Amino acid sequence: MNASTSETQVPFTTIIGLEVHVQLQTLTKLFCGCSTAFGAPPNTQVCPVCLGLPGSLPVMNQRAFRLALKAALALDCNIASFTKWDRKNYFYPDLPKGYQISQFDLPFSMDGTLEVIDPKGTIGPCRVGIVRVHLEEDAGKSMHDETAGSGDTRIDLNRAGTPLCEIVTQPDLRSPQEARLWLNELKLLLVYLGVSDCNMQEGSLRVDANVNLHIPQPDGRIAKTPIVEIKNMNSFRSVERALVYETTRQWGVWQETHAEMGKTPKQTRGWDDPAGVTRAQRHKEESSDYRYFPEPDLVPVTVSSAQQAAVRSEMGEPPVRVRKGLETRWKISAYDADVLVNQGRQLVDYFEELATLIGDGKIASNWLQQDVLRTLNERGGTIEDFPVRPAALAELIARVNAGDFDTSRAREIFSEMLASGRSAADAVLSMGIAVVGDDELVALCRDILAANPKIVADVKGGKEQAAAGLIGHAKKKNPNINPGKVRTICIDLIRAMQ
Amino acid sequence: MQPADLSAIDLVAAVRQGDLSAVQCTEAFLNRIQYCNGAINAFLNVDRAGALACAESIDVRRRSGQPLGPLAGLPVAVKDALCTADLPTTAASKMLENFRPPYDAFVVSRLRQADAVIVGKTNMDEFAMGGSNENSAFGPVHNPWDFSRAPGGSSGGSAACVAADMTPVAIGSDTGGSIRQPAGLCGITGLKPTYGRVSRRGLIAFASSLDQIGPMARSAADCALVLETIAGHDPGDSTSLTDAVPRYTSLLEQPLAGVRVGRVPEHFAAGLDPEVAKGVEEAFAVLKAAGATVHDIAMPHAKYGVATYYLVAPCEASSNLARYDGAHYGHRASAKPSSAFESPLIEMYCRSRAEGFGPEVKRRIMLGTYALSSGYYDAYYAKALKVRRLIRQDYLDAFEHVDLIGGPVSATPAFKLGEKTGDPLAMYLVDLYTVSTNLAGVGGISFPCGFTKSGLPIGFQLQAPALGEPLLLRASDRFQRLTDWHLRRPPNLTALCTPKG
Amino acid sequence: MAALARLALFDHELATMTSELSNIVGFVSLLEELDTTNVDPLAHPLDAENVFRDDVPSPSLSTAEALQSAPRHDGQYFLVPAVLGESGAA
Repeated sequence: MNASTSETQVPFTTIIGLEVHVQLQTLTKLFCGCSTAFGAPPNTQVCPVCLGLPGSLPVMNQRAFRLALKAALALDCNIASFTKWDRKNYFYPDLPKGYQISQFDLPFSMDGTLEVIDPKGTIGPCRVGIVRVHLEEDAGKSMHDETAGSGDTRIDLNRAGTPLCEIVTQPDLRSPQEARLWLNELKLLLVYLGVSDCNMQEGSLRVDANVNLHIPQPDGRIAKTPIVEIKNMNSFRSVERALVYETTRQWGVWQETHAEMGKTPKQTRGWDDPAGVTRAQRHKEESSDYRYFPEPDLVPVTVSSAQQAAVRSEMGEPPVRVRKGLETRWKISAYDADVLVNQGRQLVDYFEELATLIGDGKIASNWLQQDVLRTLNERGGTIEDFPVRPAALAELIARVNAGDFDTSRAREIFSEMLASGRSAADAVLSMGIAVVGDDELVALCRDILAANPKIVADVKGGKEQAAAGLIGHAKKKNPNINPGKVRTICIDLIRAMQ
Repeated sequence: MQPADLSAIDLVAAVRQGDLSAVQCTEAFLNRIQYCNGAINAFLNVDRAGALACAESIDVRRRSGQPLGPLAGLPVAVKDALCTADLPTTAASKMLENFRPPYDAFVVSRLRQADAVIVGKTNMDEFAMGGSNENSAFGPVHNPWDFSRAPGGSSGGSAACVAADMTPVAIGSDTGGSIRQPAGLCGITGLKPTYGRVSRRGLIAFASSLDQIGPMARSAADCALVLETIAGHDPGDSTSLTDAVPRYTSLLEQPLAGVRVGRVPEHFAAGLDPEVAKGVEEAFAVLKAAGATVHDIAMPHAKYGVATYYLVAPCEASSNLARYDGAHYGHRASAKPSSAFESPLIEMYCRSRAEGFGPEVKRRIMLGTYALSSGYYDAYYAKALKVRRLIRQDYLDAFEHVDLIGGPVSATPAFKLGEKTGDPLAMYLVDLYTVSTNLAGVGGISFPCGFTKSGLPIGFQLQAPALGEPLLLRASDRFQRLTDWHLRRPPNLTALCTPKG
Repeated sequence: MAALARLALFDHELATMTSELSNIVGFVSLLEELDTTNVDPLAHPLDAENVFRDDVPSPSLSTAEALQSAPRHDGQYFLVPAVLGESGAA
């Protein structure tokens, strides 16, 4: 199905499926008007509805539904024209109603795909099927008190009721690396659409993975190891590491026991990042009987094709198309396009504005990657706040192209522009850089040639590279000379001498 | 004239005109409550100070010429299933014995905005589960017509309160008959509106697709007055109807000529008390005399109503009551480390719920949990939902031929306390005539149509298509202009409720 | 079933409850008489659809109000007995 590269020949295929929960970027919760802002003090963003107080009733957040719809459309899913809500019943202290409002048998979307193409080319294209995308509410947070002997768990219900999109993939991923790349692409897509900020550190994106091995047998049959669900991975790197560990572990277990998938229920293991291992979790009793039934407090939702079209039209381009667009329009490499796109829509806009002004995608890309991004990484901040705007940078680049100064000089000017907020022209002035006019340059060159007969002789003798020695002298006479120009003029002058 | 002798409509008119002050009114009823409630136990909580303060402020505003709400000065009792921010709200359960919600139910807000005076919270069957008000954790309610008998349920407290003139009107809730049946057994008028007509926000949920809040009073006209105030769209309730609310009180004065009333022969099967049957037939005769025509109709799935209801309701209830787990509010059992439970948390859940819930509530939670569990869902809950559609279709078909459906509201008059408590199934059958209304989502009203030889009220029920409240109220009102059953008072009450000396 | 419903039943209750429940279950099995093969379930008596609210904040409760009925709290959090093992179902 999917090509997966492996460095060594391993006698099995790793089968990975992911279950991703993303918090939608709404102002308020799914069923009430409490804020969803991150980081508030405990139990300050709660109301009778999300507290599950007696008599409270849910009312659906329209923007949440629209964002979920956007996500599903971007993932190429079929949208159900009729969808309904269901109660998933279980007891846990972070679930105040004793049930979660979710979707069971009629989710609002199913059967999509998201493809990943690794621009570095280390992994072939990977097309991952999406089983379903549905909308549900989040639970609160329970924090086990670590202080010895306290025996209490603390519950903060700020998060209870936050809108979540659950995205379930087919088991189409074939390596831990693929999984990480796919997650990156999903995150990028959802961030581009404004659906979620997908910040794992803040919990707005959570991942569980299901993994097992398919092992071809000598008789041609495929033996399958029991599927293991892995939880508690806090970053995409963790996901990759956990899957690598788990793959190795399952292979070891297989060699020892030859135990195949079948009778036992799916095992759950938690990833312990500091220790770098997965550990079996206590088997949850009755965890599977959620007694789903239609939510009587909510009415169903219908989505017409006109509504789908409306949402689609306001969607903006997904990253895959932005990348392609950059490659085609600006003739930059897939790698460069990927770097830019990965930095987000705002940086892509900056790039396009710059590229348009200077008429060259490659140069714009270089400046962005080498100078702008480097500065951003060092100093922090966002491209929106970056003090040097595309027009100013374009002005600088234009002068470089005109030969007024070389790139290393231009970098100095760039730093000055950053520090002072001046335009390129003003920065040049304040730094005392003056462009040396051509006549002056020629005169200077004649002087240098006159003063350096040995070098002249070398160049005449065929060693053009010796002309480089003239640059230093030229700079001493006037630091504002353009080294490239000096070299050219000197060589021409020398040639003219016979 | 004593305030207790006035209808709610006349009472609010008197207050508006200044003939009676809100304080006088409120005090009169508070005094009646003080004398009667001991024997009847209709109230779980009486807020004397709050009620008088509210009445006082209404009088101040009236004296200074400020506008008053349409229910100004009207004392109202509220079933303890509705959240009131200033009073405990218990649902007659130990689970919520000390619970104070931080908010008012939508209906309660509407009543306050209309300047009604909320005097207290009435007793009920625990979590609205029952047909006799014997399932209360705080003692049963006694029928004012005969203290040894039940008032019906689950709004038994509200029904008894009005029957004993402890307040002119009360608010009840009806999931399978809980307004209409106690109204029938207590000789008063009770209306269950069309599903969605009145917001459920703040009503402690029993079965969400069946629950409705409604008025209980001495007359249909008084019910109309209250319904005008409490009905209407609530954006905080997704199941709330957006249809405009008619001015029900102005729609009462219309003759019944041309109105077709259906009569269901299956209702008169064995099991219907002969005196009740007679009272009901006489009621049909009154309606005929008023100009309506009576037609026999078939409701082929009527006999499956109770079985359907006792699957749908417990299933929804088992989920609605999952939140009562001792974690965030309500009763929590004191910790007793025990190896009988997997963890201290599970122990907290199980023991808190065991201690907080009464036997009927536990029964229904167990039944509902079972009927929703995997392997049984299709045979029980899903099946019940299909039969529900058939029952609703019966109504849609019937209403092609008639405008109203009349009949008994209860198979028997008020039964003795303790008579049915030994057999849950027998108790379920008291809902026989009322559950289908909720399953279909249509409206129903019950009012007195006679008395048994031993002086117990006999109730008559009318059901109408969705949003048929105007017709329900108008037909009942016309009936009450032609008869005086609704004006009768329990005989032994006057002596009890008059102050001595 | 009691465990699924998180209800502790005492021994004496268990017997009564079991027999009561089997009577009730027997009673509701009456519905099996009906042929409902071509009937859709009716979960809502209303035919309403698409009821939404705008993504506009409304006031939350204060922490004090939120905790006012909590059996145990520390002024900031609800407190419950320790949960053994990992977090509940996803």
